[in-house]
Amino acid sequence: MITLTNIKKTYNKGAVQALNDISFSVEKGELFGLIGPDGAGKTSLFRILTTLLLPDAGQATVDGCDVIKDYRQIRNRVGYMPGRFSLYQDLTVEENLNFFATVFGTTIKENYDLIKDIYQQIEPFKDRRAGKLSGGMKQKLALSCALIHKPSVLFLDEPTTGVDVVSRKEFWAMLKKLKQEGITILVSTPYMDEANLCDRIALVQKGDILSIDKPAGVVSSFPGELYAVRAANTHLLLQDVRSYPGTATCFAFGDALHVTFSSEAKDLKDYLHSKGHMDVSIVKIDPTIEDCFIHLLK
Amino acid sequence: MPSSIPPPVITTDKLTKRFGHFVAASELTFQVDKGEIFGFLGANGAGKTTAMRMLCGLLKPSSGKATIAGFDVYTQTEKIKRSIGYMSQKFSLYDNLTVAENIRFYGGIYGMSIAEIRAKTAELLQELQLEKEAKTLVSDLPLGWKQKLAFSVSIVHNPDIVFLDEPTGGVDPVTRRQFWDLIYHAADRGVTIFVTTHYMDEAEYCNRVSIMVDGIIAALDSPTRLKQQFGLDNMEDVFYELARNAKRKAD
Repeated sequence: MITLTNIKKTYNKGAVQALNDISFSVEKGELFGLIGPDGAGKTSLFRILTTLLLPDAGQATVDGCDVIKDYRQIRNRVGYMPGRFSLYQDLTVEENLNFFATVFGTTIKENYDLIKDIYQQIEPFKDRRAGKLSGGMKQKLALSCALIHKPSVLFLDEPTTGVDVVSRKEFWAMLKKLKQEGITILVSTPYMDEANLCDRIALVQKGDILSIDKPAGVVSSFPGELYAVRAANTHLLLQDVRSYPGTATCFAFGDALHVTFSSEAKDLKDYLHSKGHMDVSIVKIDPTIEDCFIHLLK
Repeated sequence: MPSSIPPPVITTDKLTKRFGHFVAASELTFQVDKGEIFGFLGANGAGKTTAMRMLCGLLKPSSGKATIAGFDVYTQTEKIKRSIGYMSQKFSLYDNLTVAENIRFYGGIYGMSIAEIRAKTAELLQELQLEKEAKTLVSDLPLGWKQKLAFSVSIVHNPDIVFLDEPTGGVDPVTRRQFWDLIYHAADRGVTIFVTTHYMDEAEYCNRVSIMVDGIIAALDSPTRLKQQFGLDNMEDVFYELARNAKRKAD
């Protein structure tokens, strides 16, 4: 449904490399995640695929159409929710939706089924101006507008950034439903924990793909064994585990440290006891996507 | 009274802000100790921003009491502003000034002398390993470096408290952790950290956490005790449990 072949993009006459030779494809009906921090090139990729930006080199197709030659067809077939809120702030909720429906030659009524679940949540506020909506409601309106012409592919650029845990969970539940409607979805996020909700993911950093696989595949490619180390004072524990000679890597993860060792760490517990940590627990754990990302960054 | 225990750096007593009939923040009562890392969490629209603005002396409360670094939020707002630092992900540094110019600018704003600024600049550049980038425009720095510089600049004047509003949004996982190393370092030196975040693993790094829902503080304790209290494994689940029934979704 989406293919990219050796896509390159630079800015400032080549000084800034946004995308370095990116190739991958997304299958029909797939929920595909681009996972990476700011500056990874996620937005450049979206803008190329939605025909808003020309690549320096390489080819890309969306729903069988070339992003340069067939840009008009692509614009009719895709839905795009940019990272920055880009609806008309001084139009009401309903006016925005009507506007996007009209631009694409359709009506709200015609595709109401597709947006019903999402739009119903903001329908009580349909006479409110979009600029006066809360973050979560703007997000729902933007998604409704991106869907109103029943696109075959949906591009969502960081839809959950700056949104609280509750709204994030709601949003991913909506995406799951849209996937069931057969819509192909490419979504980007800086939240590593959202990767597990995708069929496949690409971990991206500074214009390069670090890994591309199913979430379980990314996790299983983590080399070696990972341990969670816990004690009462995590902050001091972090310094002490890092100073232990057998420690290869050590990062804080919530209330635990995630640690890999360069050699067998038989005396770690004793070592930590000698540093004054009493209630030390060391457990072997499965890595998370974030562990894998950190490993691949090195 | 034993004199060894320093007084709380932030105390609020039924601090409330109303906009017309809408109660944005309702009877907030809490204390934050010196050198504490205090996580200030809440759903979108829960009233965090309103509360933070009152604590920074930028918004007059409707009722209740609060002192920040010993200063009253009604009558001593200028003194409060001099005693606090502030950093947000959205705005903190001037992109079209160099690294050294940004430090000089903020030092000047906070009334530091030229000699103090010069010494502090050298110290910061060394600490952040940015000596070679002193004359680089901030716009040319990678995001992670910008965030670290922004944090250091926000405490350039040795404030009692620093308010960090989603300081780690969008940065990569390694830089995010390096940023927390800086936070710990500052807290160890006695700077009180008041931080908001949407990353629930970061909530675990705080000494204590408050969670706002619909304008009130729905929970306030150490992450360990909050997890025990709700019988849940992690702070994300605690947050979800408290915030999922929130009525307000405004920002």
